[in-house]
This record gives sequence, C-alpha cells and structure tokens, in this order.
Amino acid sequence: MRIYGQDITSRLLLGTAQYPSPAVMGAAIAASGAEIVTLSLRRETADGRGAGFWEMLRDSGLRLLPNTAGCHSVSEAVTTARMAREIFGTDWIKLEVIGHADTLQPDVFGLVEAARILCAEGFEVFPYTTDDLVVGEKLLEAGCALLMPWGAPIGSGQGLRNPQALRSMRAHFPGTPLILDAGIGRPSDACQAMELGMDAVLLNTAVAQAGDPATMARAMAGAVEAGRLGCAADPMERRDMAVPSTPVLGLAELGGWNASI
Amino acid sequence: MRITVNARTHEIEGPTLARALEELGFAGTAYATAHNGGFVPRASRDTTVLRDGDRVEVLSPMQGG
Repeated sequence: MRIYGQDITSRLLLGTAQYPSPAVMGAAIAASGAEIVTLSLRRETADGRGAGFWEMLRDSGLRLLPNTAGCHSVSEAVTTARMAREIFGTDWIKLEVIGHADTLQPDVFGLVEAARILCAEGFEVFPYTTDDLVVGEKLLEAGCALLMPWGAPIGSGQGLRNPQALRSMRAHFPGTPLILDAGIGRPSDACQAMELGMDAVLLNTAVAQAGDPATMARAMAGAVEAGRLGCAADPMERRDMAVPSTPVLGLAELGGWNASI
Repeated sequence: MRITVNARTHEIEGPTLARALEELGFAGTAYATAHNGGFVPRASRDTTVLRDGDRVEVLSPMQGG
C-alpha cells in the first residue's frame, strides 16, 4: 500500500490511547504489526508529565500520525495541525473536525475547509470523514490523496453501520486509498471492512479496551489480512437456495429397496 | 502582566513568549505553542510579545486514536 509516497506493508493502523499502561500499549503495537500509530497533542504541564510516553514512541521507528482529535472548529484543527507538525516533524495529519459532541460525527463542511487550508500548506491530510460520496469528492478536490470513512461512531465498537455505503465508496473511488476509521469492535468487523475493499483499517479502542490488548491486536492483524486476501480472491455470489457442493452426477439410487431398515 | 496559560491564570514578567515559558518552567523541546489561538513556531517565540489578558497554549505529545 502506498500512502503519500510511502510504502506501507501493514494494513492495520493503531491508536495509542486508553491502554492500561505504556507497557501494554507497546506490547499491543508489537503484536499488531502496525507501522503507523496515531497520537495526539494535549496541554503540557511544566512538570513534563507524558514525556515518557513520547520518548517510547519517538525512538520506536514507527510512522507517527498525529491527530486533531477534540477540535470542533476549523481554526482549532488548523492550529493543532501546525503545532503537531512542529512537534512530530511530519507533514502527516489525521484531520478531525468534530461536529457533534455525542456522536463525534465529523463536521464535514469544516473538514473540507480545514483540509483545503492544510493541503495548501503542504500537509498530507488523512481526513476522518463520513461515508458520503460528495464529501469524499470535495476532500480529494481540496488536495487529500486518501479518505478515512467511519464505520460507526468513534469508540462505539458497533462495527460497520452501513456496509453498502462503504461498498459504494469503494466503487466510486477505485484508485483512492480508503482507510476505515472508527467503530471497529471485533476482528470480524475489521475483516468485513477489508472484504468490502477498504485498503486499511484504523482502530484503537477495540484493542486498548480488550481484556488482553496484545492478543486482540494479533487477532485484528489476522482479520485484516484475512479480509484483504478474501477481497483479492473474488468471493462467490450469495445464493438464495442451497446448491449441493458434492457432485450429484453418478449418485447411486439406493432408495426404495428394503426401506424398512 | 496577567496571562492565561493552558486555561490557568499566571502573573508573569514577560514580555516575550519565550521569556514567559522560561518563567513558568517549561523546558525541553517536546512542546508547541499557540498565542491567542494562533500557532507560534519555536523560532518566533523570542519575537512574540505578550500583552495583559493574552491566552497561551502549550501542547505536548499525548496518546491518541
């Protein structure tokens, strides 16, 4: 998979939030095989809390994808992106402009506006968006080279609420990398996203909040791989009725004789 | 002068952002700054002059999804 000129082997992107400890986070990242991890910016305290977490990731060799989580306006998101670029030394930014506090649904109008500003400044934008085709087109026009449609609200673990819409996105944007972002709860959800033709999956809570994050990370990696292979292998069509899988040609006629046995 | 840093009020000498950060004990390089809602690059902290009532944000890396 090629993302903004970078070759990426793993199609599972992992968030770094909500783990019981940095050690558990590190084990989960390792088990997932992820090459790209998301992280964020928050208010610094003069005592340097949080520095340990950053040191751990800084030297990890992972590709860092900072986000603008929690930003509810274009100006907040743009300023946060500029700050992230200085700290993390990357043009990559996972752009979130949140429009609704309960659903954390993207404000797609603000998202397109912020994407236009940031792309013009040389940022390589990963826009967290809905599954709306027109919004997707506007984001590409703004300069984004990929799209990150939601599966379900962030952190909800509901899986893919609207697989048909994602299928439409795949068909509508055949050459654009699509990364399913948000809503994954179980490995089967990640597998389904990949079977639908998504290029990658980004998840966080499903691994971080699992009873055993490292094992769940491994399960997610397997599911992503299985879904990817399943999509590439061109699955059979569904049928309404049963069709025998064992050949009926040459089947012996054994009924009717001594039927009482 | 009185400024707000990360939503907390501080009385500082200033007058620049760089001096204010020093006064408040921020050290190292793993943070980025904003002044009244706009990003201030590291190289501009020396020349960014603060005024009474200004808002400063100091952000650092944090876990995120």
